[in-house]
Amino acid sequence: MEYLKIENLTKRFGGIVAVDNVSFTVEQGTLLGIIGPNGSGKTTVVNLISGFLKPDNGRVLFKEHDITGLRASRITNLGIGRTFQMVKPFYGLPAFRNVVVPLFSPRVKRMGGHLGEKDSLALDILEDIGFERDSPVPYKAARILPHGYLKRLEMARVIALQSELIVFDELYSGLTLAEVASISPLIEKFVQTGKTVIMVEHRLKELFKIAHKVVVLDQGKKIAEGSPKIIMKEPEVKRAYLGVELQRC
Amino acid sequence: MTTALRKERIDRCIKAVTDDIFCISSLREISYLVLPRVIPIIGLVLIAFLVPLYWKKVLVITFMMSIMALSWDFLASCGLVSLGHSLFFALGAYSSGAFNHYLGLPVYLSIPFGTLSGAMISTICLYPALRLRGIYFSMVTLIIPLMLLRVVEVTKIMGGTEGMTALSPLPSLPYSIMISMIALWAAFFGLRRFINSDYGLIFNALKDNDRAVEASGLSIVWFKIQAVFIGSGIAAFCGAFMTHYYMSVGMSAFALDLSIFPIAASVVGGVGTLAGPLLGAVILGPLSETLRAFGTFRIVIYAALLGTFVAVLPEGIFHYLSRKYHQIERWVEVAGGVSEN
Repeated sequence: MEYLKIENLTKRFGGIVAVDNVSFTVEQGTLLGIIGPNGSGKTTVVNLISGFLKPDNGRVLFKEHDITGLRASRITNLGIGRTFQMVKPFYGLPAFRNVVVPLFSPRVKRMGGHLGEKDSLALDILEDIGFERDSPVPYKAARILPHGYLKRLEMARVIALQSELIVFDELYSGLTLAEVASISPLIEKFVQTGKTVIMVEHRLKELFKIAHKVVVLDQGKKIAEGSPKIIMKEPEVKRAYLGVELQRC
Repeated sequence: MTTALRKERIDRCIKAVTDDIFCISSLREISYLVLPRVIPIIGLVLIAFLVPLYWKKVLVITFMMSIMALSWDFLASCGLVSLGHSLFFALGAYSSGAFNHYLGLPVYLSIPFGTLSGAMISTICLYPALRLRGIYFSMVTLIIPLMLLRVVEVTKIMGGTEGMTALSPLPSLPYSIMISMIALWAAFFGLRRFINSDYGLIFNALKDNDRAVEASGLSIVWFKIQAVFIGSGIAAFCGAFMTHYYMSVGMSAFALDLSIFPIAASVVGGVGTLAGPLLGAVILGPLSETLRAFGTFRIVIYAALLGTFVAVLPEGIFHYLSRKYHQIERWVEVAGGVSEN
């Protein structure tokens, strides 16, 4: 059984074809990386999977159910959680109150994660991903937190939602090497605990360490798919990333 | 060389807060916490029953307009900035008027039914616009009351241009004052409790970032429906109450004043605090009555005062007052600093 199956997904914005006939599958419990140069349609694919955009063509099948074109909140409740490349916290609220909001979702109610005092549930989740409970950090307004913490706050949302399939949209962008090194083990832990992860990433080195399979997009088309060890050796991928090599005469 | 000075603000450390217990240790601290809540309540009661008859009538209207301002501020703190609050007022007013006029329901039934049906019709009217954000939503709220006004005028439903008259009155003026004052405090404390609860957090979050709410597995349209229902219900109550207070309802229920006043009161008092719009409305309502002595020129003075308020205190009166109340301010020397002059 295919866990997540993308079939011939196409999305046009006016005359531009942002995603052009892309198909791939993700096995349960694996980590799929989606890479590609700027403007290759990676984030659009994430938006199509998570329901923030409706595809013009093609289907998204999650556990053999057609979820194409469902509302984003419904898809989230089916178990697909996502983070945003441009962090989207609730800036006016303290960090831990940010995590209280997803605790009201139907999915969390179904899974029984809403029982108990919401504030302390939220603090528990934040503690797991590096917000020290005794420090003032979780109580500070999200608007004054540094970028690294906001990325973690995005992760906290999908943890609170107990998502089975997690889509990280450029989680590592804007983070220092030290911050990346501290977040990578958290992602590996997701995979070890049986969750499925899709990572859209520009930081190839860090991604290749943990990915099982990589899909390469260029100008909306899928140009390669395979294990991270061999993928960069493909001529199409080299061309997309490095440009065409001129023949010397 | 003069030493540079800098204003230092320190929070008054009067509350010792543990996880969920407030440790209050002296009468002074109790009064510090309780007086700002009790004085306005008692003050309004005293004022309402001591002023002469004309001002009592002004106060009833002021209380109703304060509730409108509260309702506007609640919707604004959910990210739904309404430019047409008269829509909610008018739908409440016409509903209760119709219940009373056509079905002959007594006042104590027509007001609650009018409030409910006003809230429901308002929510249905705004439902198609709920997917819109920011200014686009506001524009729709501005248009709908103008549209309904012409509908009433052209189709002559609900009494057309003349409206419905000779409706059942409220029992007596003291009753009206009491009901309006109780409604005001109920709306104020109810909304404040609601918006500070865990559930109310979602409504705050809607304003901050509705895509993140959607990514949290919560349907933003469903929560906006709830917000509009609550907000419009509160404004519809004002309409229903005023219908019976005036014993008539007409096209003036759609007046632009009713949309502008809540915004003006919120801006003067401080948006997003609930106490601010209340304070603003209590100041602006009687102020505009006082200015009646100037005839039509009062609009100029009123507008000039509003402009001054916004320019001098853009944060709003309430933010300013609460800062002065909760913080100690003092001038301190800046180490190694040089004065600007």
